[in-house]
Amino acid sequence: MLKDITIGQYFPGHSVLHRLDPRMKILLTIGYIVMLFTVSNPLGLGVGILFLIFAYAISKIPPKMITKSLKPVIPIIIFTTLLNMFFVKGDPLVDWWIFHISRQGLLTAVVMTIRIICLIAGTSLLTYTTSPITLTDGLERLMKPLKKIHFPVHELSMMMTIALRFIPTLIEETDKIMNAQKARGADLESGGVIQRAKALVPILIPLFVSAFRRADELALAMECRCYRGDVGRTRMKQLHYSWQDGVAAAVTVLCIGMVVVVNIFAPVVF
Amino acid sequence: MSVIKTEHLTHTYSQGTSYERAAISDINLEIEAGKMIGIIGHTGSGKSTLIQHFNGLLRPTEGKIYVDGEDIWEKPKEIRKVRFRVGLVFQYPEYQLFEDTVYQDIAFGPKNMGLSEEEIDRRVKEAALFVGLKDDQMEKSPFELSGGQKRRVAIAGVIAMSPEVLILDEPTAGLDPKGRDRILGQILEYHQEQKKTILLVSHSMEDVAKYTEQVLVMNHSRVDMFDDVEQVFSRSKEIEAMGLAVPQVSRVFLSLREKGWPVPQNVYTVERAKEALERIMQQGGKAHA
Repeated sequence: MLKDITIGQYFPGHSVLHRLDPRMKILLTIGYIVMLFTVSNPLGLGVGILFLIFAYAISKIPPKMITKSLKPVIPIIIFTTLLNMFFVKGDPLVDWWIFHISRQGLLTAVVMTIRIICLIAGTSLLTYTTSPITLTDGLERLMKPLKKIHFPVHELSMMMTIALRFIPTLIEETDKIMNAQKARGADLESGGVIQRAKALVPILIPLFVSAFRRADELALAMECRCYRGDVGRTRMKQLHYSWQDGVAAAVTVLCIGMVVVVNIFAPVVF
Repeated sequence: MSVIKTEHLTHTYSQGTSYERAAISDINLEIEAGKMIGIIGHTGSGKSTLIQHFNGLLRPTEGKIYVDGEDIWEKPKEIRKVRFRVGLVFQYPEYQLFEDTVYQDIAFGPKNMGLSEEEIDRRVKEAALFVGLKDDQMEKSPFELSGGQKRRVAIAGVIAMSPEVLILDEPTAGLDPKGRDRILGQILEYHQEQKKTILLVSHSMEDVAKYTEQVLVMNHSRVDMFDDVEQVFSRSKEIEAMGLAVPQVSRVFLSLREKGWPVPQNVYTVERAKEALERIMQQGGKAHA
């Protein structure tokens, strides 16, 4: 059950996408998302979808990973689809009792669904091809200018790194505690919602206690190794842009450019 | 009458994937009621996987387990009941404590069994007595106690369910020698008074030699030896070949024998060593005699 979590999961590999600079990947992903939400006709949306398929193809990530990453957001997708379908005003298609579906509503619903799917698949591709450590490293470098306004960039990225690092540890710990309480006859599988929530107490309390203990120990260990934040810190792995980053940027900019042109010259559909 | 019996017990992790790995394979055991048994083996030899089968936390991928002659997976819905009959104390059990008071924490198991208030009270007090917890500690928060005390509370939590078989996975890991002797002494006492079967997983051969009657040696997912302590430690060479240590005295006596001293083969505790040496000294034994 705990092993099904794919958010932030990394899929080791050696494709071009894996080798790209994390900063470039983050920027291109942001660009892609903006493009997805400014696109205003089917042609542009088609370009967006094709671009995503192309990216997945060269990343060699198995296609079933797309559906896996979409699974947890299915409720959100259904929710937005229904909202758009019933509440966007326009030429009525169905008019029955309190339900009004308009042509525009239906269209927005479909487009919105495609946009969200592309959004999730696109950002998942970023985490699939970038290890968490590299990702936070890239984020830290990208946000560096914010330091001028005393934004704690380094601290924030250190927090993210530590949080990501401890996800597997905590999962393992949860497993152990669950087994220990089951051995004492804890019933985790049956009963109603309230009973099940209550059954979680014997697991959550020891889990919190041990998380705090670990945090304490980690802080001490970091201090012992003279960690004092960002001051005078150097990196073992320096980030460098390569020609591949240039190619990736060019391809993406070309794609965005196409969408912009299509947006300007083709009729606005949605 | 065997209290636990396994037939071709096999457990394969991640079956059907490329990570497939047999943690234990084809284990056939009969554990007699009322014995105190030590389980030794390498890290990764399958000890933990094996003991988690005995109380139904893991379901065998192949084979069967019988507790008191009943196949425990015949009615999977009632597997919880098996856990009351076969109590398992995990490694570092103090990390499972969660209640407001020591008393309530020990009562967690018996409460899950659905016992009456009086019975729970009786069992909690009895279990606390066994592990040497004082009355004034019972109303404290378990988080206020020392490491050794916490561990004793956790062990009491399982003893309070009064299981027929008590399994302890390295109950003394990380304790100082005094705390170690104390906990093992209390477990031995519990065994002698209640006549319950006890399985003790340990890395310390000294402890196994001193406290248990039988030893089960796991190696490469299989049971390599399962016999009386004397028999097992007389095969010290094989045990060492597996990369496991034998009690230090056993080693000393093994080399004495190799050098030709007329010492017995089955010496594995300091007391026995003392007797054996005294006997030789009285006889005025000489080297190469």
